[in-house]
Amino acid sequence: MTPTDTAAIRLTDIHKSFGPVLANRGASLEVARGEIHALVGENGAGKSTLMRILSGMYTPDSGRMEVVDGSGVLRDVAGWSTADAIKAGVGMVHQHFMLVPTLTVAENLILGAELTKDGPLRLLDGARAVEQVDALSHRTGLRVNASQLVSQLSVGEAQRVEILKTLYRGARILILDEPTAVLSPPEVAELWQVLRQMRERGETIVLITHKLDEVMSISDTVTVMRHGRTISRLRTAETTPQEIAREMVGRDVVLAGGLRRDAAMGEEVWAVASSRDAAPAGGTSLGQTSFPLPALELRGVSIASARHAEAVRDVGFSVSPGEILGIAGVEGNGQTELIEAIAGLRKLRSGTILLDHHDITNASVRARGDAGLSHIPEDRHARGLILDYTVADNLILGQQHRFARGGFFNSLDGERIAENARRQITAFDIRPDDPILPARALSGGNQQKIVVAREMGRDFRVLLAAQPTRGVDVGAIEFIHAQLLAARAAGKAILLVSADLSEILALSDRIAVMYGGRFVVVMPRAKASEEVLGPYMTGAERAA
Amino acid sequence: MPALLFLAQTLRIAIPYLFAAAGGVVTERAGLIGLTLEGYMLGGAFAAALGSYYGHSAWFGVFAGVLGGVLLGLVYGVSAIRFRADQVVVGIAINLLAIGLTRFFLRLAFGSSSNSPRVPGFGGEQSGTGLAALAANPMIWLGIIAIPAVGWMLYRTPFGLRVRAVGEHPAAATSVGISVSRVRYAAAILSGALAGLGGVYLVLDQHQFTDQMTAGRGFIALAATIFGRWDPSRVGLACLLFAAAEALQIQLQGAQLVPSQFVEMIPYLLTIVALAGVVGRAVAPASLGKVSE
Amino acid sequence: MTMTSPELSQNPKDTAGAGRTISRATASAHLREALLPSLIALLVAAIVGDILIVVFGQSPGAVYRLLIEGTWGNSYGFGQVLYKATTLTFTGLAIAFALRAGLFNIGAESQLAAGGFMAAIVGLVLPAGLPWIVMLPIYLAAAAFGGGIVGWIAGELKARFGAHEVITTIMLNFIVLALLSYLTSAHLKVPETLHTVEIHSGALPRLSDFIPAFHGSAANLVMVIAILACVAAWWYLFRTRRGFELRAVGLQPEAAEYGGVRPGVVWTRAMTISGAIAGLGGLNFVLGYKHYYEEGFAGGAGFLGIAVALVGGTHPLGVALAALLFATISQGGLAVNALVPKQFVEVLQAVVIIAVAVSVPEVRRILRAQRRTE
Repeated sequence: MTPTDTAAIRLTDIHKSFGPVLANRGASLEVARGEIHALVGENGAGKSTLMRILSGMYTPDSGRMEVVDGSGVLRDVAGWSTADAIKAGVGMVHQHFMLVPTLTVAENLILGAELTKDGPLRLLDGARAVEQVDALSHRTGLRVNASQLVSQLSVGEAQRVEILKTLYRGARILILDEPTAVLSPPEVAELWQVLRQMRERGETIVLITHKLDEVMSISDTVTVMRHGRTISRLRTAETTPQEIAREMVGRDVVLAGGLRRDAAMGEEVWAVASSRDAAPAGGTSLGQTSFPLPALELRGVSIASARHAEAVRDVGFSVSPGEILGIAGVEGNGQTELIEAIAGLRKLRSGTILLDHHDITNASVRARGDAGLSHIPEDRHARGLILDYTVADNLILGQQHRFARGGFFNSLDGERIAENARRQITAFDIRPDDPILPARALSGGNQQKIVVAREMGRDFRVLLAAQPTRGVDVGAIEFIHAQLLAARAAGKAILLVSADLSEILALSDRIAVMYGGRFVVVMPRAKASEEVLGPYMTGAERAA
Repeated sequence: MPALLFLAQTLRIAIPYLFAAAGGVVTERAGLIGLTLEGYMLGGAFAAALGSYYGHSAWFGVFAGVLGGVLLGLVYGVSAIRFRADQVVVGIAINLLAIGLTRFFLRLAFGSSSNSPRVPGFGGEQSGTGLAALAANPMIWLGIIAIPAVGWMLYRTPFGLRVRAVGEHPAAATSVGISVSRVRYAAAILSGALAGLGGVYLVLDQHQFTDQMTAGRGFIALAATIFGRWDPSRVGLACLLFAAAEALQIQLQGAQLVPSQFVEMIPYLLTIVALAGVVGRAVAPASLGKVSE
Repeated sequence: MTMTSPELSQNPKDTAGAGRTISRATASAHLREALLPSLIALLVAAIVGDILIVVFGQSPGAVYRLLIEGTWGNSYGFGQVLYKATTLTFTGLAIAFALRAGLFNIGAESQLAAGGFMAAIVGLVLPAGLPWIVMLPIYLAAAAFGGGIVGWIAGELKARFGAHEVITTIMLNFIVLALLSYLTSAHLKVPETLHTVEIHSGALPRLSDFIPAFHGSAANLVMVIAILACVAAWWYLFRTRRGFELRAVGLQPEAAEYGGVRPGVVWTRAMTISGAIAGLGGLNFVLGYKHYYEEGFAGGAGFLGIAVALVGGTHPLGVALAALLFATISQGGLAVNALVPKQFVEVLQAVVIIAVAVSVPEVRRILRAQRRTE
């Protein structure tokens, strides 16, 4: 990377850690003026952290930061705050909007830089604010209603307000963090138009994303990050998605051009377009004889969530005993809501859930557990463990009624709980092996082993495993994978959700891809690979 | 005439509520729980007694009272903002602190466990119940404009906008460079001053301070704040409503229609009803009581 | 409003099920995190006390000496301490119990009064001459019912409507106390007083009946009930399935829900039990001391119970010790009244609460930071 005078931003060798987590270790970035620059990397690569440092939210532990000022000179800006950054013309649009829902668009825009009328009282000048917002909205093509309450805006409109907020404060450098995560395709197209217009006006844009199709369609330059470091800087016109993907994961990933039609791939791909196909169209899962009755079945399931009217749309599938169905997909496409609904933690808007042909759609969490459903939740800290409880107590969470003596006093049977703890700790190699330690004291991998031991070390028929090896060290990953395979061999049905494609490919018999709340494709493992699944996961491909 | 008398009575009863509820709106809209209104009022009342007595003038009492409320507001602010202590716990403690401090200094300054000596107030020697006497009392006028002033501040000034933002979405406020702490400290101080004025009114009206003279008025003001859904005009109406019920009960006292205790209950029952969502959802400011980032 | 409850002491020794091996390091770490704020608070209170004493023109040494003499130094004083500690144990236990479920019960004052009231009514209704084996359970049930029903209302309001229990219990305080005032003054009181007629039977003996040295003090056998209540609460919280679920809801409602528990049900149950415990506290006055219900007999014990619960680390054993401490301070105020107004202990009590509330997050932050660098 050769330094040039036309740089708008230059970050050199940035280090930032949060406690034991090293978010950035030697990250660098150089963005030229008037370009759209994509910052890519997998989840956890350090992109957001780096940009938050740039926007003044965090201070780096070490490294150099230079940003061009109003007169075109590159200045050192070490240790600046958000207020400084805003004054210097750097504006960040966050993934989670920073808008006050009970205020109007205009009020949100002027917050912190309030327009006042002349006179001793310095009252708010609401009319002028609305005027200015309308003018800005016209000038930039970002259509908003200045007097509307933010709580009434659609997601796309809210994002426009966020962008306007930065432009209102004179931002010439705009940072967008995963802006399309919450947008529909037409809204994405609108956004691209706005960004191109801004580029024409000479403004600089940094786009954080992990979607390669976006990178190719909108950016001029790409910087790839991996594990907190900057790996390479490429000119979009001179590179390919394969090359970028390779840089992102550190090894060769063959993307089959990304844009070939399904038909050319062969007819053996089964697509589930609607819930009418309740079971896979035919064929058996690998490695075992076919079972007639599915252990878990979903029909026509739709789920609403706080952010989306339809987080899950019309999903139907089944899982047979002795089979692992893997759901691949980028997080945020409805997997969380789907698993929670099956577990009983979320209501369905419509549809049915059957466990061994018993309708559990309205059953309580405990009833589902008693019927043989186990659940490894994706967030062990919020859901899966009570961190202040001991290991032994966590090993009976959800099962505590089975460890009570019954009768009027219904006390817990300490001996049985202790014996259960000893057994699980040994069987699942939980370290340290002290059952009285609070779960908080264990490492992430061992905490996850507690959850796995509890959910898999008991009698169950169907297992929901959501991100089972997230944040877990390699040794524990291998162990957990072995447990999952052993359970499959023992005839259990397993629904596996993971953002880690290699994990899905390693364990699943059949693989489904979830995008935008739907199952966009289901195929047997034999047909699947990263190159085949990739396009489905990024929405570039839809099954016919 | 009885109607006018009734209005005058209602107004007299409402003034402390209006002051304290104005303070309640300010503090809760900024995200700080308003359990301390009672303590602010009591502290302000005693400080006013001290100021008026030793300064030989009601206005000294007013300034002293405001100062008393402000000091308690600062204690609350520092505990809740700087130290991130649980606001409910500290809130209750501040009320207890006010009781203890006022009693202690009542003994120290005036040598009594129950009341101070007579202190100068407004309106000369005849604090009659008629409207004329009321009109002569500047505290009445201040009390009447307290809520509208707070409403005007919230919706027409930059500070008010920031208060509303901080109370709903502190992260958004931080992201545009606003210091959430500073806004909340200001809200705590202002709340202390306003509720303190409620106590000032009581003392100057009765021309003395008596032990625990606020008798739960701060909680009625909090009830009005919640019942009025944190909206200044509704809160003001709630204060008048509660005061009217009390005035009515006093008028009907001879007739013994409804026991006084049941009239006492009205504000509290109405608040529970409001919280149970029977008369529409009462949605508090989103960051109320949460530890700030 | 969301309340972030103070850090609760989760002593590993208590938690159900587990081998008898105690992990020394974690046990002591937990103890430190629980005790430190209380100790800091007491230190701060002592300093403030010194200031107030000096302001009043006395010497702190003399005052504190007189305080000790007047409380633990003579049997009458000690008896009074025991009496007050009994009431505070009940209210502190009630609040600690609710805190374990993540709930803030500010209504102990009215629950205490309601419990005492119900006991007094029962005492008026039941004929004289019944054996105490029959009477005592009836009194217990009545007092528990009186307080429990008030708690239940707040619990249901939260479970069904999401109404925050802080506000509802405060409102209920006023409502219930007004109602009791009406019932007493309109119908039940002895003329020229604020109390009801004496109960017919079932009064519990005073401590002075057994140990003459305690003559004149109000200490009575309800003390025993208080101790039993602490044991029962400890056992419920740390040895039963329901207690396991209750504490889970208080620590991490999301994880409890995942574990098959319904938070709403737990909230209602916890508030009802909490109210019932506070209601039992009413027996101290009604059964053991005056043998009638009197308006205002609660005397702020419901609010002081908050301090007791916090300083006691929300643990039944800690609550009992903290109750003794606060009772000592309270009685001590009376003892030193000649030198310094007894109201200075009220200031101290408030200062203790603020100091505990302020130091809990700080201590937690500092200890966690230390632990990370170990």
